[in-house]
Parts: sequence; structure tokens; C-alpha cells
Amino acid sequence: MSNILEIKDLSVSYGGIKAVKGISFEVPKGEVVTLIGANGAGKSSTLRSIVGLVKPSGGSILLNGEEMAQKTPEQIVAKGITLVPEGRRVFADLTVLENLKVGAYLRKDDLSEDLAWCYDLFPRLKERHWQLAGTLSGGEQQMLAIARALMSRPEIIMMDEPSLGLAPIVVQGVFEIIRELNRQGKTILLVEQNANMALRTAHHAYVMEVGSITMTGTGKELSEDEAVKAAYLGKARN
Amino acid sequence: MDWLSRNLPYLLAGISVGGQYALIAIGYTMVYGILRLINFAHGDIFMVAGLIMVYASASMPMYLSIPLVIVVTVLIGFLVERVAYKPLRQAPRMSVMISAIGVSYLLQNLALYITGGLAQQYPQIPWISDQVLVFGASTKRVTVITPFLTVVLVILLVLLIKKTKIGMAMRAASKDFETSQLMGIKINSVISMTFIIGSFLAAVGSLLFFSNYTSVTPTVGTLPGLKAFVAAVFGGIGSIPGALVGAFIIGICENLVMLLNQYVSFDISNFKDAFAFALLIIILFFKPTGLFGEKQTDKV
Repeated sequence: MSNILEIKDLSVSYGGIKAVKGISFEVPKGEVVTLIGANGAGKSSTLRSIVGLVKPSGGSILLNGEEMAQKTPEQIVAKGITLVPEGRRVFADLTVLENLKVGAYLRKDDLSEDLAWCYDLFPRLKERHWQLAGTLSGGEQQMLAIARALMSRPEIIMMDEPSLGLAPIVVQGVFEIIRELNRQGKTILLVEQNANMALRTAHHAYVMEVGSITMTGTGKELSEDEAVKAAYLGKARN
Repeated sequence: MDWLSRNLPYLLAGISVGGQYALIAIGYTMVYGILRLINFAHGDIFMVAGLIMVYASASMPMYLSIPLVIVVTVLIGFLVERVAYKPLRQAPRMSVMISAIGVSYLLQNLALYITGGLAQQYPQIPWISDQVLVFGASTKRVTVITPFLTVVLVILLVLLIKKTKIGMAMRAASKDFETSQLMGIKINSVISMTFIIGSFLAAVGSLLFFSNYTSVTPTVGTLPGLKAFVAAVFGGIGSIPGALVGAFIIGICENLVMLLNQYVSFDISNFKDAFAFALLIIILFFKPTGLFGEKQTDKV
């Protein structure tokens, strides 16, 4: 299976501090890949450098074989990488529909088909399409953030902590959506602290610790690994 | 009728100058809305537009001078942003503000150099400088036109912001640069667009404003610029309707001072300018975010 995204020896530094220390991984087409790890492990920095919000200090980011490192976020988004940012970051003063339209900002074709598809995935957004996004609940805002990213018709969707700050039942819903998107053939790179859910959903998983990848395997392998269980899943659970 | 013809000119003048302040104030409020920057050079852009008109009208007919004033002013506004503000995008906000003050002095001193410090006579623009009678009160036609033109321009601007794609991008970017970039919005284009609109309105405001005065000097932009800024803060900086309402209130109030001056035994006309600022202090005391300002957390 071909890789949509290939990360080779990627490093990110803030001033003198190395947040990501030369990591490599790939995301095959049609799969869900997850990066798990504790706070400050460099997961978010990895996503932010892939989409160009921070310039990587070294390494390469290949989207379908094309180099993305050093491109601007607009160029990278135009090439088909999208990020659902941490904390949702919906445009609170724009309506739900406008948020979706902003998501499709670079597209010049007709949006009605994709709007209908998004509304089908998230019926709540259809009901509330005229409402200001700031008035939605946290879970609805997360749905909107995901739908907004989908509107650009990306090659790969990256999500930064989509379960953060949501009630357990809503988290279930978020992961159901991720699985549904994957069933429809979407490629997803997921960063999560909720390792339990992430490992159950992902085909491939990487564990990040202080800027490096320390373990890798299928979601199932890692969820059964004793060290991962101890560090990220909580022993009591299994 | 006598009472009306005695007092109406002040009210008309107030509404008219209010409209002119509004056109300048929108430039302040839009730039603040997107960059959280008080563009101190904006009043000087307004002054430069006046000077361009002086020099343009000396060598070419009006129907060419007016569009030229608008185009060149827009170009200057665009260049100021590119040269003085864009390189400081990642710098602390204080640096950008100091850069804005620098541009203000630069424009004033350039004007001083070019004019040699002499007041330049502003041309009579035919038709709009003509005298007309309104309810028996004599005034210039520009006084009557200004409020209508201002309102029409503001409606067009609001439509642009609410209904078009670039307007949507402006609204998104004014709240969250980073997420806007993730949507593929070019932040620099959005910011340039903001300066272009602001300078365009300042140029129109300048054409209307100076039609009421005889001359342009290098520092002539300071006071109207400051009043327009007060109007923007008064209405709630960042809010376009706020700037419009604030500007009309300031314009009308300062002319009410002149109106009252007829009826009191001592001269209060010198307090005309102070009144605008006193009003600002009172409003900010009771409503720190201005009339239409939203309470919002500072951008990090």
C-alpha cells in the first residue's frame, strides 16, 4: 500500500529547545495512524510542523512524494494536508455554515455535495447551520472543526487531541466518526493522550517520549504491550 | 424659521463632519480589528490625500485628479503596511506601534519638505463646493452629500464583509490568524485588503473634509485623525457600526458646542475640541469597551 505521508528525520526546535528530535514515520493511504504520548512529548509540534505553522529545523515531509517542509501553511493546505487544531478553534463569530465555507476557502467548485455529506455525517450541524459556532456545545464544536477540515477535500486529515475536554460519551462519538471516516476511505493521522481509544481505533501507532519515537506497532500490539499498558493505559484497566 | 436658519447650519455641519470622521475612523477600527494595532499613520494618510489633490488639480482636470487621489492614497496605505508593519508580524505589538508613530512623522516631514512648510491652497471641487439652501440655511453642497455618501459606503463595506469570500476571510482572520492559515487563507492578503479599504475611505473622507477648508498643511491630519480615533474608541474599537455612530456623535456634539456658543455670554468655542475628548473619558468610564465594543480576551 502506498504512503500518503512520509516523515523522515523530522526535527523541530523552539529557540534552543528541541521539541522533536529527528523522528520518522509514515501514514499509508486509507489508514488511521496515531501518535500517542504524554504532555510535552512533541506530538503537537510534529503536527504543527507538518502543516507549516512552525518551520521544521530539519528533515523532510513528503506528501505523495512531494516535499512540504519549508512551504507556507496556505501552500500545504492547498496540497491536501489539513489539521483539526487542538482545542477545536472554530470561528465563534461565524455561523456553522460559514465555518464550513471557510474550510473550503481554497476551493472554487460547487460545495453543495460536500455540505450535504458533512450534514449527513453530523446531523446536528445541519440543524444548527445558521447558529453562531460560539453557541455550540464543546462536542458540537469538535464535530464542526472536523467537518470544516473535511470541506477542503484533504488527502490526509490530521487531528490534534480531538477528545480533549469532552465528556466520555462525546469522546465515544468522536472516535465513531473517525472510524466512519476511515471506512469511507479517508486517511487520518491522530494525536491523542487518550491512548486507550486511539490504540483501539488506529491501524498503526507510534509512542512518542520527549521528542523521539520510542515504540511502534499496530494498535493492537501496542495496546497489549506491558510497558505501554503501564505508562499510558493504566494497569487497572486490563 | 428664523430659529431654524440660525441653528440648522451647526447641526448640518456636525452631521457632515461626523460623516467625514466616520470615513477615517473605519480605517482605524478595521486595522485594529485585524492587527490589534492603532495605526497612528492613518491621520497622515488622510493629510497626504489632501496634498495629492492640491498637486494633482494644479496640473490636470478634476475628473482625473479625483480618481488619482484615491488610487495613489490607496497605494500609499498599502505600501506603508508592506514596508513598516509586515516585517514586524512576529514582533511584539509595541514595536509595530512605534513603527506606526515613525511612519506618521515620516509622512508629516515628507509633506513639510515637499510643501516647504507653506499652507497649500485646496482646490474648489465644482458642484460639491457650491452653496445650497437647506430650509433657508445656506451651506455647501458637500455638507448635505457627506452623510448620505458615508452611509452608502458603510453599507457597501458591511455587505463586503458579511457576504463575500474575502469578507468572510477578514472576519475569520480577525479572530484567529493561525486557524485561518489552516483554512488556506493568506493572512497577508487579508491585511493588505484591510489597509486598502481603510485608505480608500480616508481618501474619500479627505476629499469631503478639505472641501470645507481652504488649505492643507503637513500637520492638518493630526486633529481629525485623533478625533476619528476617539470616535472609533467611543463606538468600540473593532466595530464598524460603532465607528460610524461614534463619529456622528462626536461630530454633532462638537458643533453643538458652537451652537450653544451663540447663547452664552462668554466664549466657549475654544472648548469644541476638548469636548470630544471629555466625552470619550466619560464613556470609557462607564463602558470601557465603548458603545458597541465586545468584551474579549487579549490576543496572545
